Amino acid sequence: MNTLIEVNNLSRQFGDHCAVDDVSFSLNKGEVLGFLGPNGAGKSTTMKMICGNLIPTAGEIKINGYDIIDQPKLAKAELGFLPEIPPLYSDLTVDEFLNYCAKLHGLRKKAIKQSVIRGKLKCGLSDMGSRLIANLSKGYQQRVGIAQAILHNPSVIILDEPTVGLDPIQILEIRELIRELGKEHSVILSTHILPEVQHSCSRVQIIHHGKLVLNESIEGLSQRMTSSSVLVRFREPPELEAIHAIEHVTGIEELEQQQYRICHHQDSNISEKIAILAVDKQWGLLELIPEKHDMEHIFLSITQDSNHHE
Amino acid sequence: MNSLTIAGRELRNLFLSPLAWTILGVTQLILAYMFLTQIDYYLTIQPKLVGIAGAPGVTDLIVAPLFGNAAVILLLIIPLLTMRTISDERRNKTISLLFTAPISLSEIVIGKFLAIFTFLLIILFSIALMPLSLLTVGDLDLGKFFACLLAMVLLMASFNALGLYMSAIASQPTVAAVGSFGALLLLWIIDWAGSNSGNGSALFEYISIMRHFENLLRGLVSTVDVFYFILFIVGFLSLSIRRLDNDRLQK
Repeated sequence: MNTLIEVNNLSRQFGDHCAVDDVSFSLNKGEVLGFLGPNGAGKSTTMKMICGNLIPTAGEIKINGYDIIDQPKLAKAELGFLPEIPPLYSDLTVDEFLNYCAKLHGLRKKAIKQSVIRGKLKCGLSDMGSRLIANLSKGYQQRVGIAQAILHNPSVIILDEPTVGLDPIQILEIRELIRELGKEHSVILSTHILPEVQHSCSRVQIIHHGKLVLNESIEGLSQRMTSSSVLVRFREPPELEAIHAIEHVTGIEELEQQQYRICHHQDSNISEKIAILAVDKQWGLLELIPEKHDMEHIFLSITQDSNHHE
Repeated sequence: MNSLTIAGRELRNLFLSPLAWTILGVTQLILAYMFLTQIDYYLTIQPKLVGIAGAPGVTDLIVAPLFGNAAVILLLIIPLLTMRTISDERRNKTISLLFTAPISLSEIVIGKFLAIFTFLLIILFSIALMPLSLLTVGDLDLGKFFACLLAMVLLMASFNALGLYMSAIASQPTVAAVGSFGALLLLWIIDWAGSNSGNGSALFEYISIMRHFENLLRGLVSTVDVFYFILFIVGFLSLSIRRLDNDRLQK
């Protein structure tokens, strides 16, 4: 595994306002990193700094081992970036624009033609080559923006909210594309849409008030999301002491008639034991549902927690 | 190489809009009219000139005034050409495409400069055809003619560099146009102060674009004047690069 992006103690100040505060992380080849955060958390600022569009106040950024400030040309050759607003020249056609981007990235003449065809194919633009960018719909413009970012086959691809303005089918296609890109490249993806992260990312970072508040692999996150409570409903009133006696049970909460929420330690599973107990004592087990925390829940709890800290 | 890529796209874009064609047409029309009146004037005074020894010739009376007039027209139109170069990219956020590509800031600025400069050379070429047509009926002082061409090339490049800088400063293209027009006009007339009473400032005279331009137009090619223009061009180009770098440093 080689590290493609290395960010150390990155900070960015706008006047008195600290947009990004001492952020460090690294990304290996083949990882897709989801970058989450509420509006104004510093996601875009961080991405712009990684791409050399903003100079950090402090800290260093290395792309494939090259420092973005000291060796910008080498570092940028490894980068593909789609900013929030796709940088498109509206009076060019798709082909002209992609050709221009390929030339800017220093591709050779032969390679240009191939990479433009490949880029259009990957982003579903094959029939759009001779259309004027100004006349394309927002979704197609977004695709041109993505095509522009992956054209020169960079090892690091950074996409700032790539699925904004796309219809549901296009969103699925783009997610598929991102997952495919993640096999050969490192991808950083910022988004507001939480399920998107679950679908396409292998790692998740949440940034809030410029600070990194969560850096977890998607497995770790889904573990956090798995239940630590079970919803049960019995026909007969149960003996609560017997349930309490089950190992790992931490609390019982009565919700309505004969329905209880049983809380337990996170890394244990008590459903089976409850079922056995209920059958033994003939309480008449009607429901047994392990409760799931969703992404929104975790996101809210993390961002609100750090609000309280301040 | 990267500069040429940028210049190529910029130039194409220029010709995609009606602006470039309008400018080419209008300058050509006005200058052709001026050229004809100049010829007319020459023909009326020609009999009187015959008697005078060392009298000014066709080149002095037709070619030099033509280029002098062209300079004033360029003063009006170059700001319109340069105004969009950088400020438009910043407004449309396309500048991040250039910032992310493996290109240095100086390559971006030089690319933009070359695009406008190439367009200006096309204008110059079509202007130069007019005096050259005189070769079919008489002689031209080719030395003076080439000095005029040199003067025009340097002047165009200087106007271009200043316009580019204004475009790098301004957030809106029209502001850039007004700014560069004002700055150029001021530099054009800055030596007027005190020039009638004979105690004009030497500094103002050196700064004035017109002084240096007129020397060259008269056929007087001196390093002082050429160097002034080169300093002017290099100065404003490096200021533009600095200004662009500021975009990434913004506080």
